[in-house]
Amino acid sequence: MTRRPLSLLGAVAALTLLPTPAHAHLVTTGLGPLYDGISHLFLSFEDLLPVLALALLAGLNGPKAGRLALFIAPAAWLLGGLAGFASGSPLLPGTVTAASFLVLGGLTAADWRLPSSGVSALAAALGLLHGWLNGASIAEAGREALGLVGIVGAAFVLVALLAAFVVWLRPPWTRIAVRVAGSWIAAIGLLLLGWGLRTPP
Amino acid sequence: MTRDRTPRPPAEAVLALLLLLAAVPVSAHQQTGQAAGFLTGLKHPVSGLDHVLAMISVGLWGAQLGAPALWLLPVVFPMVMAFGGFLGLLGVPLPGTEIGIAISAILLGLVVAFEARPPLWVAAALVGFFGVFHGYAHGTELPAGENALLYSVGFVIATGCLHLTGIAIGLIHRWPVGRIALRTAGAVVALAGVSFLWGAVS
Repeated sequence: MTRRPLSLLGAVAALTLLPTPAHAHLVTTGLGPLYDGISHLFLSFEDLLPVLALALLAGLNGPKAGRLALFIAPAAWLLGGLAGFASGSPLLPGTVTAASFLVLGGLTAADWRLPSSGVSALAAALGLLHGWLNGASIAEAGREALGLVGIVGAAFVLVALLAAFVVWLRPPWTRIAVRVAGSWIAAIGLLLLGWGLRTPP
Repeated sequence: MTRDRTPRPPAEAVLALLLLLAAVPVSAHQQTGQAAGFLTGLKHPVSGLDHVLAMISVGLWGAQLGAPALWLLPVVFPMVMAFGGFLGLLGVPLPGTEIGIAISAILLGLVVAFEARPPLWVAAALVGFFGVFHGYAHGTELPAGENALLYSVGFVIATGCLHLTGIAIGLIHRWPVGRIALRTAGAVVALAGVSFLWGAVS
């Protein structure tokens, strides 16, 4: 090997050692924004638990409600996400997600029978709120909006599987188990709200 | 004229060293403490005997009472307990918290020991009332630097599992020997509650 390629190789190796500002905050998989988005939903309880609560509630309210929630929540999430990404700033405190825990978890715990339009409205509200926050966070972190597609895709799959599973459940005690899960989510939301409103000692 | 033969470092090494020295601070912060928050929350309810005995007793009593109390109590209890934690986080004063927890163990032990069968609303109110004390005392003890949401997730899951453990144990109520065993366990819990009360007031 001649002197010139060796120098070039050394310079390239040295440059790889030069760290650059990462500004990271969101979870990165190293597989690109789409997979970052997928992993975000499963690793971020503030988004994951409300999606689970929506799927449980939709399942308890029957197949029609489940089908509507399956398409409306991801669509609203994408819409809210793009709006949040365009805005570039969340404008809302993160504690606002406690509302999703409380409303969806509470309605699931109470086994509240809602019309399909009611479940659809809740799915839209969930998607718009969480999508907005996700989109704004992605923009703040200087990442690609493609991550939203990963989040939305993961939410679609999660709602599809869980809502269908709850619709399929037949023995009465299984319905109670779903309600207990809803009460746990509502309880977590109440504590989350408390942490948000807490004034430091 | 003689040439200087002192060995010199390769230019690439000098360049690499300079580039390393030119390193800029990485602005990223790792999301540390996430798992620790969850595990602390998960561990906290099972680390206090007063909380463990009271939660399991609620499950035992639910099993003795049968439906609908059996399913009503596990649905209502986490939310009431979280309400207690919510009050604690807002700084709302709740005097005599430790005494309330000790009395909860005594009363819950006694209702299991005597297999008391009050109206459903009385049972729900009794369990809910004491649930506020347990949530107030235990739901807000987050160590510094840990994630509050994951602490809450762990705390609620662990408490719910204690409750379900009580219900599972209470299934022995269907056998005569099991009924006696449950009532004996209730008496033991009540005695432990007296010990907690002694500790709280002394």
